[in-house]
Amino acid sequence: MINLSLRELQQCLHKKQISVAELASVYLDRCHQYNPILNALVHIDADIKPDYLLAAQVSQGPLAGIPIIHKDLFSTQGVTTTAGSKMLANYVPPFNATVVSQLNQAGMVQLAKANMDEFAMGSSNEYSAFGAVKNPWDLQRVPGGSSGGSAAAVAARLAPVATASDTGGSIRQPAALCGVTGIKPSYGRVSRYGMVAFASSLDQGGVMAVSADDCALVLTAMMGHDAKDSTSIAADKWTWQAPEDASMKGLKVGVIPDWLEQLEDQDIKQSTLAALDTLVAQGAELVDVDLPHADLAVAAYYILAPAEASANLARFDGIRFGQQSDGKSDDVNDMYRKNRSAGFGAEVQRRIMLGTWALSSGYYDDYYCRAQRIRRLISEDFKQAFSQVDVMAVPVSPEVAFKHGTKSDGVSMYQADQFTIPASLAGLPCLSMPIQPARNLPVGLQLIGPYFNEQVILTTAAKYQLVTDYHQHMPEAFL
Amino acid sequence: MSINRKELTEITNLAKLDLNTQQTEEVCQSLNQITALVERIKKADTAQVEPMFHPCDFWMPLRLDEVTEDSHKAQLLALAAHADGDFYLVPKVIE
Repeated sequence: MINLSLRELQQCLHKKQISVAELASVYLDRCHQYNPILNALVHIDADIKPDYLLAAQVSQGPLAGIPIIHKDLFSTQGVTTTAGSKMLANYVPPFNATVVSQLNQAGMVQLAKANMDEFAMGSSNEYSAFGAVKNPWDLQRVPGGSSGGSAAAVAARLAPVATASDTGGSIRQPAALCGVTGIKPSYGRVSRYGMVAFASSLDQGGVMAVSADDCALVLTAMMGHDAKDSTSIAADKWTWQAPEDASMKGLKVGVIPDWLEQLEDQDIKQSTLAALDTLVAQGAELVDVDLPHADLAVAAYYILAPAEASANLARFDGIRFGQQSDGKSDDVNDMYRKNRSAGFGAEVQRRIMLGTWALSSGYYDDYYCRAQRIRRLISEDFKQAFSQVDVMAVPVSPEVAFKHGTKSDGVSMYQADQFTIPASLAGLPCLSMPIQPARNLPVGLQLIGPYFNEQVILTTAAKYQLVTDYHQHMPEAFL
Repeated sequence: MSINRKELTEITNLAKLDLNTQQTEEVCQSLNQITALVERIKKADTAQVEPMFHPCDFWMPLRLDEVTEDSHKAQLLALAAHADGDFYLVPKVIE
C-alpha cells in the first residue's frame, strides 16, 4: 500500500479495496511506529477525526481520502502550531491556513504536523526547539531543512504527501537529501495566509511527495488567489495532465557549466551529468546559459531574509500569544527582552540581530538596498536565460546529507544554499527530483521554470520519472 | 565592515533581546563571519539598478476595505499568558 502513487491509492479507495479510515490507519500506525526513531513529527493525531472522513466522502476530487502531513508552520485550527519554536510551544491557532482549508476541502486526511527548523531558519533541521530530525537513509545524518520533517516523513512513507515551505531552498534541499520530489511554486501561486512568516517576499508554500505527478495533483488543489493574501496572484489556474510519453523532443534545457564545475563532490557531479544525459536521451537539447550575478545571491539573501525576519518576528513579544518568561519584569521593555530571549533559539536570535543591523540607520542603503538591487540583477539574468531555454536543470545541493553536529558555524551552512537561493530571489518555480544516488545517499536535480510556469518543470520531472525509478527508492529500514 | 560590542548592544536593544557577556562575545564573532560573507554584494556595480523589493513587480489584486472576518476575541484572548476581561495584562508602561 505505501508504495502506491496517489492515483493508485485513489483507485483503491474508489473500488472500495480499502476505506478512507483504513488507509489513514495504515499511515497513522507508521507515524506512531517510526516517529520515535526519526523525530520527523511534532504532533500526531491520536485518531482520525470524523470531520476528515466526512470531507473525504463529500469530495469527489482526486485527493479525497488521501492522508497528508502538514509542516508545522501551517496554522491548523485547534491543533498546536509551533513553527519549531519554544516561542509557540503552546500556540493553538483559532483558524486554518488557507492551504490547510483548501486541502481539507479537497478531502485530504490530516495525520500529523512535521518538525522543522525554528521559524524555517536552517538547512539541517538541527535548529528545531523540539529536537533534530533524522534522515531515514542514515539516522546519523541530517534530513536537510527547513522542511526536513516533511521530507523525512515522505521518505519513510509516514504519509504519501506533505506540505512544506521554501524561502531560500527549504523544500528543494531536504527533498534532495531525503530522496523525495518537492516543488516550490512561483512566489504568489499559493496563499501564505496562516503560514507563520519568516521572510515575506520570499516565503512560499509547496509540496513534497514521491513523484512529480503526486506533487502536481496536490499543488493544483492548493494554488490560486486568496482574498486573505494580497500577494497571492489572480493568474489563470492550470490543470494538470500527466504526460503520456517520455519524449522531450523540442525541449530546450538550460545548464550552467560554472555550477557543474563548482561541484567538488565528484559522485554528485557524476549523478548530475548522468541525469542530464538521460534528459538528452529523452530528446531534450542542452543549452549552456549563464547567470552572471548568481555568485552574489547568497550574500544578498543573507541580508534580505534576516531583514524581513527581524520585522516579521517583532510580533513575538509574549503578550498576545507565545512564550512568556517566568521572571518578573520591571517594565514592558524588560518583559519583551526576557520573553524573546527565552522563546527564540540561538539561530533565530542571530538572524534577528543580523536583520536589525542591516535595516539600521547607516547600513540600510549600503546593505539592504544594495542587496535588493542585486536581486534585480539576478532576476534579469534569469529572464535572459529563459529567452533561450524552456527550463533550467541545475544541482540542488553541493553535498549529500551531512552528519549531525558537523556544521557548527552558520556561514558554512549558508554557503551550501548557493544553488537554491538564486531562483528564490527571483520568485521562480523550481523543484527537486531524485536522481542517481551518491554513496547510497540521495541526490536531487533542480528544475527551474519561468515565472508562473510550474507545468514545464512538473512535466519535465514527470517525464524523467517515466524512464527512471530513483523517486521510488525507499530506505530499507522503513520498507 | 565589522560589528563591535557597543554596536551589538545597540542592536540587541533595538531587537529587544538580552545577551550575557559570554553570549555577546560569541554572537559578535559569529555576526562578523556573516558580515564578511555579505560584503561580497559590494563587488557589483548597482548604481543604475532599481531595487527589487518584491518578486511581484506588477499590479497586485485589491479588495474592498471592509471587515470580512468573524470576531475571534475570546479565542485570541485565551492565547495570552495574562488577560483580564477584554484586556491583555502587561507591566506598567507609563510612570
